[in-house]
Amino acid sequence: MEKTDRKRIVELDDKCLKIREDLLTFIFRIGMGHLGGELSIVEMCVALYYEYMHWDPQNVKMEDRDRFILSKGHCSETLYTIYQDMGLYTLDYMVEHFETLDTAKFGMHSNRKYVPAIELSAGSLGHGLPVAVGMALGARYRKASWKTIVLVGDGELDEGTNWEALMAGAHYKLDNLIAILDKNSVQMTGFTKDVMNSDPIADKVQAFGWNCIEIEDGNDILQVLEALGKIPESNPKNPGKPTFIVSNTVKGKGVDFMENNYKWHGGGIAKEQLVEALADVRKNRKVR
Amino acid sequence: MAVKTTYDFDQMLSSAKEAYGEELLKLAEEGMDFVFTYSDNVAPSTAVGRMVKKYPDRCFNFGIAEPNQVGASAGLSLAGTTVFAQVFGPFLPLRAADQIHTDIAYNDVNVRLIGTHSGVTAGGGPTHNDIADLALYRAIPNLTVCVPADAGQCKKIIRASFSHEGPMIIRIDRAGSPNVYVDEDYEFTIGKAIETLPGSHATIISTGSNVYECMMASKILEKKGFSVGVLDMHTIKPLDTEAILKVASQTGIVVTVEDHSINGGLGGAVAEVLMESSYKGKFKRIGMPDQFSVLGSPDEIYRYYGLDRTGIAKTLEQLLTK
Repeated sequence: MEKTDRKRIVELDDKCLKIREDLLTFIFRIGMGHLGGELSIVEMCVALYYEYMHWDPQNVKMEDRDRFILSKGHCSETLYTIYQDMGLYTLDYMVEHFETLDTAKFGMHSNRKYVPAIELSAGSLGHGLPVAVGMALGARYRKASWKTIVLVGDGELDEGTNWEALMAGAHYKLDNLIAILDKNSVQMTGFTKDVMNSDPIADKVQAFGWNCIEIEDGNDILQVLEALGKIPESNPKNPGKPTFIVSNTVKGKGVDFMENNYKWHGGGIAKEQLVEALADVRKNRKVR
Repeated sequence: MAVKTTYDFDQMLSSAKEAYGEELLKLAEEGMDFVFTYSDNVAPSTAVGRMVKKYPDRCFNFGIAEPNQVGASAGLSLAGTTVFAQVFGPFLPLRAADQIHTDIAYNDVNVRLIGTHSGVTAGGGPTHNDIADLALYRAIPNLTVCVPADAGQCKKIIRASFSHEGPMIIRIDRAGSPNVYVDEDYEFTIGKAIETLPGSHATIISTGSNVYECMMASKILEKKGFSVGVLDMHTIKPLDTEAILKVASQTGIVVTVEDHSINGGLGGAVAEVLMESSYKGKFKRIGMPDQFSVLGSPDEIYRYYGLDRTGIAKTLEQLLTK
């Protein structure tokens, strides 16, 4: 790692800590959330929004922006937290407009009409990947250079639509499509391997005709950025395979009493838990 | 001004399904920007098949995977293009219900979902009957639902869809229905029902190719001295409540006819409007009863359940003479 890169990585490590702190405070104040899955995707979302994607918070409808779909729409609070960090909202504003009936701007599940930075209103699982296939096809049809990136949870892989979309993505050689699996290995009622085992996932997606990249620790932003750097360039004249990134993460990452515990899939946190959680994420922050 | 209908002579059969393909092909040739998706359900010999062959870059086959097709159609639209998505009959509402609800309606995309083989017109028994779709679509917000009465009207709906913002469902029967209208020289507006035949004793409100059988039922009843009007409710949603209340107040007898379950479709919609009004007249729904259909050809099934002209006339006569 060069010195300048190292400086940037440390900045992004700091950013991940700040997002975790803000996210915990936000969930405490609104009284509901899906902290387990929201904490596991922090590094990936920070890497995408602050580094990898062609995306401008000042112009969220920019024509040639990369499109990011959060298929696990119940984890939208991580995105809202990033948007407020980027200056689109204040935390107070988000709290004041969270599920407040006709004055609501934010909801537990993302809504693209209320939050213009959101590309797809989501919540029902197994929808992101099929829509992303359509977006990538649409970009190709329009001869546009932007990429479509979809973040999928490992629990939602149970939904058959993902497998229909995996077939279609490879069939249409959508090398402008990137699917990222947030493999935190825990779903609502237990470990994914016990509820419905999807392993060996890399073998499966490769058999479906996708280029697969594995991240050993998806909560290490350096590893995340290195993986994103390995995605082959799209070649519209002779398209290759779509890319599937398996990002091994920890559900509830950073908060000791939440990590790997399915009971923290959804819910709110009490004041004492917030204090403990904030201390944990500071203690557990990445030190290089 | 009265519309010119085929009431007075037997019009040749034509296919709404073929007409919509011809219209799409024509629109593509005119340079209209749209893409087309399907799910292993386009025969090369059809007009749509010819479009797929001529414009392969804008036509995408998703195989037998309707949820993925409908979801991807939403994605294609979000990428900036109007999408026409052809799905086989019951597999649109039954397999892709969540995608219609969330990806299409909730996300408010310019996708036109073309459900072919509506009602029992596919043949092949209950697995291939599309008789629950309107009940579903009526309960999902932000859907416009159109059911062309004949091939010419289908072309009008396709044209109108280009200046329509938001999602649409277009429900088309299998093939080969008689024309209701002599020509396409009449005003068509999405959401505005057409008084196909005037009548002073009773009114039949119908939709899709069943409108023609209603006209023929009216003809049978005319010979018996009854004046029975027909209202073509080509748009199920938004429903033209004004037109319903107008014909109801004029005649005092309202019968609905549809190739759909009697639960939750056109009949249910009209009943809701009448019950919430001051209407005190008679009302009857004709449609597929709440059971899995008997096996047979569409015409035989229509006769069995009284959706053919004789059955419709019989139901009307009972109401008119009681």
